[in-house]
Amino acid sequence: MNSPGNPAFFNLSKTRPAASTGHLGLRSIALSYLLLLLIIPLVVIVRDGLREGLAELWRQITLPVAWSSIGLTLWTAVIMTLINAVMGTLTAYVLVRYNFPGKNILNTIVDIPLAIPSLVTGIMLVVLFGPQQALGAWLKDAYNISIIFAPPGIILALLFVTFPFVVRAVQPVLSGLDRAQEEAAATLGASGWTIFRKIILPPLLLPLTTGALLSFARSIGEFGAIVIVSGNIPFYTQTAAVYVFGEVESENRIGASAVSMAMIAIALGVVWLIKAIQERSRRVSI
Amino acid sequence: MVLTGLVVVYIGFLILTPLTALVTGAFREGLAASFYSLLQPNVLSAFGRTLFVCILVTALHAVFGMVVAWVLVRHEFPGKRLLDSLIDLPFAISPVVVGYMLLLLFGRRGLLAPILSAWDIQVAFALPGVILATLFVTFPFMVRELVPVLKEADRSQERAAATLGANGFQIFSRITFPAIRWGFFYGLTLTFARALGEFGAALVIGGGIQGRTETATIYIFHAMEERQYIGAYSAAVLLGLFSLLMVLSSEFLKRRHE
Repeated sequence: MNSPGNPAFFNLSKTRPAASTGHLGLRSIALSYLLLLLIIPLVVIVRDGLREGLAELWRQITLPVAWSSIGLTLWTAVIMTLINAVMGTLTAYVLVRYNFPGKNILNTIVDIPLAIPSLVTGIMLVVLFGPQQALGAWLKDAYNISIIFAPPGIILALLFVTFPFVVRAVQPVLSGLDRAQEEAAATLGASGWTIFRKIILPPLLLPLTTGALLSFARSIGEFGAIVIVSGNIPFYTQTAAVYVFGEVESENRIGASAVSMAMIAIALGVVWLIKAIQERSRRVSI
Repeated sequence: MVLTGLVVVYIGFLILTPLTALVTGAFREGLAASFYSLLQPNVLSAFGRTLFVCILVTALHAVFGMVVAWVLVRHEFPGKRLLDSLIDLPFAISPVVVGYMLLLLFGRRGLLAPILSAWDIQVAFALPGVILATLFVTFPFMVRELVPVLKEADRSQERAAATLGANGFQIFSRITFPAIRWGFFYGLTLTFARALGEFGAALVIGGGIQGRTETATIYIFHAMEERQYIGAYSAAVLLGLFSLLMVLSSEFLKRRHE
C-alpha cells in the first residue's frame, strides 16, 4: 500500500508539512475564541464566589430568600418537565403515527417557541392571563386562580419556552421504529395501551429522558419570560435567575455570585447527566 | 382521534392562544396607534441597535464558529472532548449569570478595570458589553449546526482536488463550503434569531440605558414597567414576527433542500 508509487502516499507526503502549520493556526484561533468567550468568564465567577471562602458561599446560598428562590426554580422546573415529557411524547406520537389535515402546520407550530424571544413569551402570557385582562380577571373571580404574578405563570412560561425539546428528541426515533413487533403483538391480542407500554415506549425512553432533562436544564436559567410573568415577589415568585438579577442591581456581589454558582452547578450537573446517559446507551447498544 | 384532539387543544392553548392574545392586544387601539408607538425615535433607535448587534454577532460567529466547528471535526488533539462539551455551556447558563460574569470582568470594580480605564475603553454599560453578551449566548448555534454537516461531507473530492494541486483555501471555497452551505445558512439564521431575542445578559452588562444600550427587548421591558402597553405589545409583535419569519423560512428552505 505505502509504496512511493501509490498516489495517496505521494499526496500525503507532499501536503503534510504545509498543512500542519495551517492546522496549528486554525486550532489556536478556535481555542483562543473559546477561551476568551467561554472559559475566562466562568473562571472569574467561580473565583468571585469563593472569594470569602466556602463557608460564606454556603451561607449566601442558604439565606432564606436565596434558598427559597432556588427551591422555587427547582420545583417549577420539575412540574414543567413532567408535563412536557407526557405532552411532548404524545405530540410526537400524533405527528408520526396519524394523518390528519393540518398536520404539517402543527409540525411547524411546534418550532414556534424556538423562534420567539422569551421576553415576548412572557408578554404574551401577561396579555392573556394578566389580572386586568378578560380571561385573567374571570379566572380570578370565578375560581380564585391567579396565573400571572403566581407560580402557575412561571410553569406556563417554562412550558412554552421548552415545548419543542421533548417532541424533537422523540420524533425521529419514533418514526424510525420497526412496526412489525407492534403488529405481531396486536395479532396476539395485546391492547393498544399494552403495545405502547411494552413495545413502543422502551426504545423511546432514552430520547424522552434526554429531551426532558434538556428542558429542565434550560428552564433553570430562564429569565426573560419569568421576569415578566412572575412579578418578582420574594418567597413566592422570585426564581433564582430573578434573585441574581436583583442582587446584581443592588450590588450585593457575594450573594449574586453564590446563587449564580448554584445555578451553574445544577445546570451543568444536568447537562453532564445527559451526556453520561447518552454515552452509556451507546456502549450498551454496541 | 382523541389523542390528536388532545394534542391540538394543548398546542392551541399553550402556543396559539397567547400568540393571538398578544397580536389583538397590540392592535386594540387600532393600527394607527400601534404604528405611531413604533415610530417613536427611541423605539426606532432601540431596534436599530438590536439590528446592528445581531449583524455583527452573526458575522463574527460565521467566521469563528466555522473555525471552531472545523477544528472539532477535522483535528485530533488532547482535550478535544472537553472542548466539545464546553460548546453547549452557554445553553445551560442563565443569561443573567452571563451578564453578571461579564460585569465581574469588565465592570467598574471588575478584574479588567485597571487595563480598561488605562486604555479608556468602556465595555460595561456600553455597546461592546451588549455585543459580548450576545456573542456568549449565541455561541452554540453555529457550531452545533456545522459539526454534523461537516462530519457528513464526503472528503474524497477534497482529496482529489488536493492531488490536482488545489490549495487549502480553494478546496474549502469550491468543495467543502458548497457541501455544507445549507447547514451554514441555517446556523446563521438561528444565531441571528437568538441574538434578536437576547435580553437578560444584555440588560445586566449593558444596563439598558436609553439611547446607548437599550435594545429592542430592553425597550419592551421598560415599556411594560412604565405601563405603556401599546408600545410594549407592538414592539413585541414586531420582534416576534421578525424572528419567527426568519426561522420558519430558513427551516422551510432546509426541509425542501433535504
